[in-house]
Amino acid sequence: MSDRTRLVGWAVLLAVLAMAPLFISSGRWIDFLEMTLFVAVLGQGWNILGGYGGQYSFGHAVFFGTGAYIQALLQFKFGWSPWITLWFAVGGAALVGSFVGYLSFRYGLRGSYFALITLAFSEAFHVLSRSFPAITEGGRGVQLPLNQDAAQAISSFQFNFAGPFLSAYGFYYTIFALLVLAYAVTWWMEHSRFGAQLVAVRENEEAAEALGIDAFRVKLGAICLSAAISASAGVYYVQKYLFIEPGIAYGPAKSVEALFAPIIGGLGTVIGPLLGSFFIHGVGEMTKDMIGQVLADRPGVDLILFGVILICVLAFLPRGLAGLLEALWKRIAAGRNA
Amino acid sequence: MDFFGIDIPSYGWQTVLGSAISGVFLGSIYALVALGLTLIYGVLHIINFAHGALLMLAMYAVFYLWHFFGIDPYLAMLIVVPGGFLFGYGLQRMVIGKASHGKDEIILLVTLGVSIVIENAALFFFSATERSVRVPYDLDGIDLGVTFVVYPELAALGGSLLVTLALWLFMSRTDTGKAIRAVARERQGARLVGINVDHIFAVTFGIGTACVAVAASLLVPTYAVHPQVGYLFVLIAFTVVVLGGMGSFVGALVGGFLIGITEQLGRLYMGESLGVITISVIFIVVLLFRPTGLFGQRSG
Repeated sequence: MSDRTRLVGWAVLLAVLAMAPLFISSGRWIDFLEMTLFVAVLGQGWNILGGYGGQYSFGHAVFFGTGAYIQALLQFKFGWSPWITLWFAVGGAALVGSFVGYLSFRYGLRGSYFALITLAFSEAFHVLSRSFPAITEGGRGVQLPLNQDAAQAISSFQFNFAGPFLSAYGFYYTIFALLVLAYAVTWWMEHSRFGAQLVAVRENEEAAEALGIDAFRVKLGAICLSAAISASAGVYYVQKYLFIEPGIAYGPAKSVEALFAPIIGGLGTVIGPLLGSFFIHGVGEMTKDMIGQVLADRPGVDLILFGVILICVLAFLPRGLAGLLEALWKRIAAGRNA
Repeated sequence: MDFFGIDIPSYGWQTVLGSAISGVFLGSIYALVALGLTLIYGVLHIINFAHGALLMLAMYAVFYLWHFFGIDPYLAMLIVVPGGFLFGYGLQRMVIGKASHGKDEIILLVTLGVSIVIENAALFFFSATERSVRVPYDLDGIDLGVTFVVYPELAALGGSLLVTLALWLFMSRTDTGKAIRAVARERQGARLVGINVDHIFAVTFGIGTACVAVAASLLVPTYAVHPQVGYLFVLIAFTVVVLGGMGSFVGALVGGFLIGITEQLGRLYMGESLGVITISVIFIVVLLFRPTGLFGQRSG
């Protein structure tokens, strides 16, 4: 697939997503799309480090949670505008990323060891966020006040009382905008010198260093960018739900969610996390319809399925759904030329 | 003393000693869980992320054997240990080995997938309710003066020592143990002398899972079972294994005691909530500064 074909495909896909609210009136489907795009953004954050850089993190919640906590706490404690706190949230998470990355990469942790140390960092942050109520409100979590004044909907970054259109679609377009931004950055990275160096480090770190690439700096750059994108998903989460607590922020669920989508969709591809997110959440919704609400309301069903899908993709589709699509496209193109 | 709003109290030596002793008993449980993990790592060179989920599953097996058939948790070992071996053997042979194409990072992701499936299946079938076994002797014990030790804790300590000894004897004295060590040392060479490597991999995984089943039997009298109980042990077990040295049984035992004591002292001085952070901190520090651990050979 040439870059031009890909860009046309992206333009069509994004146009469809941008116009989706025109065709969808049911709140359930908007919620579904919001959830899917949210995981797609979170997954792209993971994909930059894990997919392009080959550094599998098991603790990406540390970046999501830090972004969410900074976004919530600066508003809660100091009454800052959410439009200002979000820069601190994204920047603060990138700083945490550089801290985790500096230690891990400086001491040469790779593969499984890197996965485990990121898990340990997310657990450490989990305990810290629970243990200092004076700073983080502890296990109770941070509850932001609900803005009920339509005139302040934009300035408070809350769309719940912002008129019929914004209250229904405000957060959908927020996460859509974040998606476009994150995916544009990933696209740029893939085509940049930095992206090429990152892939070279993934494929063979020693060989890359022999060619003069500073692997440490490249990986450090990747973890900061990855953390920043994951934190932007945290900002969205806090503005939408106006609540964050240690379990949501730093618990294992977000770390796992972040890696499902890119691995299933296709590691190291721009579209992978979006494809993966659509696939798993689509399958999740379908099973809910199939086995009925009674059984599906019991927790665990969707995650059992996601786990099985993950194992099957690892076993049979090493390049994920994106690889499958690519192979199909090649076959179609070959058929047309013949 | 005051540290960010958290009081750091001072205690008499009796309290500290009592806390350290209860740390030894807690540590023996950690060691039990870590023994299987370190065996699997030592041979397969894979980090089995599903270890905690397998522990949780074995704990449910012990619980339900008691609940439905009134089988004592310790007697249940006769059933869950062979069951654990078969389950682990099948899991490695049919799922993990097949899906991972022999790549370390992929194995890690596959075992993560397995743990997610098992944990959520438990949540689905058994619900999130905490369940615990009531045995007539669970509150009896010995008064050591500085602390009170219940019999199940003593059993766990004895069990961890016995399992370490048994694993060591098995690895050094039996043909299967020698074959496992041969595969660990030189996979290709082992295959050339006629060892069925896939079979040995699965046997090792099976033994590791059987260790988890022993741990489960010894744990159930003092620990409540719920679907997330495995996750609580995963990071601890990895910390023990990394601290003791990947693949070392004695390391797992000593590492377990050290972590148990540190955690209890951490709780005593920093409070129930913050005290747990000692585990993550030890883990990070050991991984960064001494990745071979206390007793490990150079790891790959």
